[in-house]
Amino acid sequence: MNIIDTNLSRRSVLAGLGGMAFCIAIGNDGVRLMSQAQANTLANASVTPWVRIAPDGRITILSAGAEMGQGSMTSLPLIVAEELDADWSKVAIEWTPADAKIYGYKDPFGTEQLMWIVGSRAVQLYFTQLRTAGAQVRKVLIANAAQKWGVDPATLKTEPSVVVNPANGARLTYGEIAAFGTIPATLPAVDPKELKDRKDFRLIGKSVPRRDTPLKVNGTAQYAIDVKLPGMVYASTLHSPVHNAQAGIWDPGKQDQSAAAPESWNDAEVKAMKGVIGIVKLANGLAVVADHFETAKAGRDALKVTWSRAKADGFSSARALDDYVRIHADPNAQAVKLEEKGDVKAAFAGAAKTYHAEFRSDYGYHAQMEPLNAVVRINDAGDKADVWEGSQAPDESRKAVAKALGLKDEQVDFHQCYMGGGFGRRSLGDYAAECALIAKEVRRPVKLIWTREEDIAQGMFRPQSFQCLEAATDASGKVTGWKHCVVGDGEFLLITGIKIPYYGVPNQYIERRGVSHGIKLKHWRAVGHVFNTFAIESFVDQMAVDQGVDPIEFRLERMGATPKARKVFEALAQMSDYKAKRPDGRAIGISITERSGSLGAGAVEISLERATGKIRVHKVWAAIDGGVIVQPAAAKANVESAIIYGLSSILHERVTIKNGVVEQSNFHDYNVMRMSDLPEELNVRFVEVDTRPTGLGEIGNPFIAGAISNAFYRLTGKRLRHLPFTPERVLETFKA
Amino acid sequence: MVSFTLNNRQVSLDADPSTPLLWAIRDHVGLTGTKYGCGAGLCGACTIHVDGIAQRSCQMDVGSVAGKTLVTIEGLSPDSSHPLQKAWIVEEVPQCGYCQSGQIMKAAELLAKNPKPSRADIMTHMDGNICRCGTYHRIIAAIERASKGA
Repeated sequence: MNIIDTNLSRRSVLAGLGGMAFCIAIGNDGVRLMSQAQANTLANASVTPWVRIAPDGRITILSAGAEMGQGSMTSLPLIVAEELDADWSKVAIEWTPADAKIYGYKDPFGTEQLMWIVGSRAVQLYFTQLRTAGAQVRKVLIANAAQKWGVDPATLKTEPSVVVNPANGARLTYGEIAAFGTIPATLPAVDPKELKDRKDFRLIGKSVPRRDTPLKVNGTAQYAIDVKLPGMVYASTLHSPVHNAQAGIWDPGKQDQSAAAPESWNDAEVKAMKGVIGIVKLANGLAVVADHFETAKAGRDALKVTWSRAKADGFSSARALDDYVRIHADPNAQAVKLEEKGDVKAAFAGAAKTYHAEFRSDYGYHAQMEPLNAVVRINDAGDKADVWEGSQAPDESRKAVAKALGLKDEQVDFHQCYMGGGFGRRSLGDYAAECALIAKEVRRPVKLIWTREEDIAQGMFRPQSFQCLEAATDASGKVTGWKHCVVGDGEFLLITGIKIPYYGVPNQYIERRGVSHGIKLKHWRAVGHVFNTFAIESFVDQMAVDQGVDPIEFRLERMGATPKARKVFEALAQMSDYKAKRPDGRAIGISITERSGSLGAGAVEISLERATGKIRVHKVWAAIDGGVIVQPAAAKANVESAIIYGLSSILHERVTIKNGVVEQSNFHDYNVMRMSDLPEELNVRFVEVDTRPTGLGEIGNPFIAGAISNAFYRLTGKRLRHLPFTPERVLETFKA
Repeated sequence: MVSFTLNNRQVSLDADPSTPLLWAIRDHVGLTGTKYGCGAGLCGACTIHVDGIAQRSCQMDVGSVAGKTLVTIEGLSPDSSHPLQKAWIVEEVPQCGYCQSGQIMKAAELLAKNPKPSRADIMTHMDGNICRCGTYHRIIAAIERASKGA
């Protein structure tokens, strides 16, 4: 029972704390840690506690690591604790508020501060910032102990949560220091050289158990869907079956379509149903509000709506894929150049041989286990809103809610919850904004839950694609020219993973040709990498086969793999023994992928049920360069998860759209992998390197498609060219 | 009024007998460890025990459990001490965790009937419960650990 009362403001919480509080503040020089006293004097600075040490020794570290299963909630405070030299058993973790100006990292593609836990960013983008913050707090503790003892701080050391004077064995715990210590007006600077040596790490690299695990075996972990507020009512939405339409008859003569009348749906009939409190019109649908979820859903199920026209009316995903082929063939089609290196024309003109291949991929759905939902409460004056949501981007959600209500961001308090899966879907705040509009209209706290059917029908989806690749080789078989064109909707979503920085092909031309269908699209665990890497690595394999060269040898010698790539290939070769003969009816395929700074080489061993077209994946190997691994156990679990997610999407998952409407509606026709399809072996290894941590949430996913398709070729002599490899499609390819 | 035993407690609910049991447990009683995943009996996130049998609570009406004995994840043990819960922690099974109540309840039914299941028994028994984070291999390891009393 999760009745929450949040009358305490953050400021009063701050004022009521004993011990020392350290704050993160934003200045012209970026984010830095400062004392609370100093921070409070900064007229325009937003200040919130980041590390607190209580006199009883309890250390509270706030986490910006939105938790969707990847473990960042634990990993981020652990980085602070490492440099702080905190006793981890005394560390409590709390969520940070959703204030990106204070708690964000610098957008790697812009200038803003962001809190988006997307693109495997959490550990890699917070790493240095959090180490520095921890080191600074440690310095303050040492300075206070030195002052008390009348010694030079440089002579003191720390053990977990204790400052020690090696000269006389004197000791002061962090809690004891917190009881008397002061924080200097200007906190000590930390030179990167002062950070711990890797060999001195006690927490980083040591597989510390995740803090959320115990709560997830007894039902007490709180997801937004579990939040219950006094007086709360429930909402269930019906969105337009064709994306981006609205409830109401479309009148081309009318300027303002938002004023659609209730006569466009069976308003009175639904409002008369048991428990129904009201119907709220949303941008792309209607919400039925009722005393319970089941009554709201019954009302929602009873709605009969006339929808406006929409851009996606009549859209067919199959037909669109055929259109992509025509767009690719059209010399006048608009193209966006993504990469141009060397002289591609000359490479092709002087080629000893050229290659060409085409690939397709279908839409994909996140299928996170917790359907999208949010809880919003607005105060009576209408000038303050509280939001409960599991969000990958709490700052974005807060903004979306503020915008929907016409409030400033500061008037919205965001309460982070565990996410029952995110995979890129939970970073917009779209459904939280809907919930806010409903709460505003019914003047009650509201919990909005999308049904699974809504969750599937509304996407948002990983885009579908058509791809054409061409390569030129010289007389020695070396690839000298490379052309790759991807066609589809989704702009930036379509192009991730299309570049090949791990290969040294001297002449390259890579482009995107875009269309727009009015179908909602979104990030999806590595998004474009899924289909782009599939195309790239299948194509490379095709050339290796044609030249009769070992697939890894081909990548190293004829694709000019970088030293970093060589290292993961070597690790993969060693762990998978890929040259060894496989059991009868089985074959192995390999692939490489980069994602979020990490590089991974992977292999799969498959067999084929020739009667049904079902591919069975027996073994999977992945060798990954993710830099220094902060939490090896969690990192391994992440890669394993991405492997399964990849296998599921490549072998089972397919969204199709006909007449503008998504054809799948629940787990009976959107198939995700179940236990019976689990490979017998998942082998994950991180190569030993000393470089900064890079992203690991998605790196296990994109190599799967290419590896399976390459194994399939070795097994059958046929090449799979259209994702996903559903049994019907496999059978068709096999029998062709 | 519908009365039943829930986690060793007598519960009487003033709910329409046609209320889906899932929502009766979550919203009317207020035990939220049992999850809504699909509402169609396809994913297993809402699995609870009804008279010792693992059932999809989204597919049952509350009226149908009158007089019966129900156990949810909150009632499996008072302090996370069920062998499966302990094994789940040792094997670090959960990722997002949303399906795990259902997984554990489904696995508990198996061990109650078959204390030493084979790998194949586990696969067959657990195949209806979806884990989108792909923790299946760890679920198997945890069930095997619990069955060995380790």
